[in-house]
Amino acid sequence: MSKNTKLITNPLGKNNPITVQVLGICSCLAVTAQLKPAFVMALSVTVVVALSNLIISFLRNTIPPRIRIIVQLVVVSALVILVNQVLQAFVYDVSKQLSVYVGLIITNCIVMGRLEAFAMSNKPWASLCDGIGNGLGYGIILIILGFVRELFGSGTLWGYPIMEKLGLYNIGYENNGLVIMAPMALILVGIIIWIQRSSNKELQEK
Amino acid sequence: MEIFNIFIKSIFIDNMIFAFFLGMCSYLAVSKTVKTSFGLGVAVTFVLLITVPVNYLLNKYVLAPGALAWMGERFANVDLSFLSLIMFIAVIAAIVQAVEMIVEKFSPSLYNALGIFLPLIAVNCAVMGGSLFMQQRDYSNIGEVTSFAFGSGIGWLIAIVGIAAIREKLRYSHIPPALKGVGITFIITGLMGMAFMSFMGIKL
Repeated sequence: MSKNTKLITNPLGKNNPITVQVLGICSCLAVTAQLKPAFVMALSVTVVVALSNLIISFLRNTIPPRIRIIVQLVVVSALVILVNQVLQAFVYDVSKQLSVYVGLIITNCIVMGRLEAFAMSNKPWASLCDGIGNGLGYGIILIILGFVRELFGSGTLWGYPIMEKLGLYNIGYENNGLVIMAPMALILVGIIIWIQRSSNKELQEK
Repeated sequence: MEIFNIFIKSIFIDNMIFAFFLGMCSYLAVSKTVKTSFGLGVAVTFVLLITVPVNYLLNKYVLAPGALAWMGERFANVDLSFLSLIMFIAVIAAIVQAVEMIVEKFSPSLYNALGIFLPLIAVNCAVMGGSLFMQQRDYSNIGEVTSFAFGSGIGWLIAIVGIAAIREKLRYSHIPPALKGVGITFIITGLMGMAFMSFMGIKL
């Protein structure tokens, strides 16, 4: 496997930003009550991480180290404003659902973490790959959470009433309202981490 | 009375961590001992208390649609709200920097106690989230905004000190190896969140 493919595939599994690096938890939990906003959020974060990694990597030799945080914040917030405007123009209802969490991509630890840890010291092309990989790794967890929470919480998938079509309500099935509430999202992430770490011993903490 | 109501509501019902998951990253990373997490909680409360009212004034007199009417007729239709994200984060970063310098000058002991946490607060989602919720919820005056900011900070402080206390005890218990560390912290936070759900609907 070439170095750049590795940069993309590593964050999907054993270096996942959410379950292993534990970054960017806030938005991951808040937007996953349904699959559609989770998917849109995953896409937006991937775009922001990839592009900001690319831009900062181009600028890395000209940024004075003392003010690098503020330079990074300006680049990231400019990108987030772009994403926010695009979302409001094309998918207004999802943008309403995501509410403040689009703006919070600015302070999403994944973005700042990757800029500090990778883009400041690597070439633009590698940084772009790293950004895409981390965005996708974040996206996978979002989509798993969104899938589970929408399926068991509201009995739909992407708005399609799947449980009703299967006729499960007639034989006494009930939606679990707790799954869409906030605490259950935390417990689900805990369970995902549990599953991942028990199959991969080297990730376990001592 | 309304001010007190907002204060209680933002501590228990709209708790930053249990209801909105804001500031989770530092919450998970720093909550290993009660002492440090208390320091971070105080710092977050302090910064929220300053930045949210400042951003409220900025939003009311500069950014919101029609906010520039005080400059004259020509500006009455200007809508700068698309700039709010970048303005809020600039204000937060600047204030955190200023607070750091002031604290360093006037109270070196507090500065040493807060240490690395002060600069990190600039990128804490709870602080940015406080400003964004303030913009979304349309509070009617600065008193309400201040009590919202203070309440959110206290709520965050309670959450992080609570989890730190539990984690100190957890060190001596038998946890499945795969759940150790982050995994069990997530699940406990979920359980604490369920406990906090029982406050829902309280109104003074």
